[in-house]
Amino acid sequence: MLRDTVILRVVVKLLLPAILIFALYVQFHGDYGPGGGFQAGVAAAAAIILYGMVFGIDEAQKVVPRPIVNTMIPLGVLIFAGTGVASLLLGENYLDYSPLGSKPVKGQHLGILIVEAGVFITVASTMLAIFYVFGGRADEADEKEGEG
Amino acid sequence: MVVVVIGIIRAHNLFAVVILGGAYSFLLATVMVVLDAVDVAMTEAAVGAGMSTVLLLAVLHLTRTREAPLRHAPAIPLLVCLLTGGALVYGTLDLPPFGRADNPQNQHVAPYYLENAEKETKSPNVVTAVLASYRGYDTLGEVTVIFTAGIGVLILLSRRRRRDMIVKDEGRSKDVA
Repeated sequence: MLRDTVILRVVVKLLLPAILIFALYVQFHGDYGPGGGFQAGVAAAAAIILYGMVFGIDEAQKVVPRPIVNTMIPLGVLIFAGTGVASLLLGENYLDYSPLGSKPVKGQHLGILIVEAGVFITVASTMLAIFYVFGGRADEADEKEGEG
Repeated sequence: MVVVVIGIIRAHNLFAVVILGGAYSFLLATVMVVLDAVDVAMTEAAVGAGMSTVLLLAVLHLTRTREAPLRHAPAIPLLVCLLTGGALVYGTLDLPPFGRADNPQNQHVAPYYLENAEKETKSPNVVTAVLASYRGYDTLGEVTVIFTAGIGVLILLSRRRRRDMIVKDEGRSKDVA
């Protein structure tokens, strides 16, 4: 485990907020620059994964517990699909965001924001969930080696 | 990139192969930047070089890090690879020249997106407008694919562990008996 390397620990602690801020920047600046939910989701997950690799998966799971991750995976898809249903109920085509705002343009803007948030939630939590599962098995293998 | 690929083929240490794969992804990301596709470059760098490398390293932790010796001759797989590669290269011969303004893909909906995306969605990034608004169905499908993949991995990998626990419990109950 990398937990004992002081330099790595300090560097990770310095880098973590930067990575998370960058992820949020990519997320909310996606309308104006390159980026969006997919990239931001991976970046945010990468921050937690980096934390988990250095401090151990148990510590990472204290920050983002596994049940929360598992509920976030379908939650993102629900937000995306639910936006479509909302526009249906407001009398437009599925996933046409125009009626969500006072003006069609505002509605489109809001719709893109909500949908990107859904993408972000699903991507980030899926990456984390897969990492937790793989990493958890690695820890088990370590324990078995230790026993044997 | 060619050097990296040759390195991957020649290396027998799987750890080196994983790291070289990450390097290949980074090189590919720079190619995407050169092609002005910064979105794709970011995705490639984050997913290809970052996530895949981490996951492959986690898998390596579970298995051995040396390549197993070949049990059969590599002639048939090589032939299949060459045939598939040849077919793909043959397919590119019919494509229109790269980046010309009168190519079919620049005649259809692309001009509409470029002209109207900013007006209709207030989003200066046309890629985002196309992804989230004009092609919302596609993106919903993509998110569903990621969702399905995540659920699939979770089901496959957590089930195995449960079975291990059951085996352990059975062992214990026998001991007690």
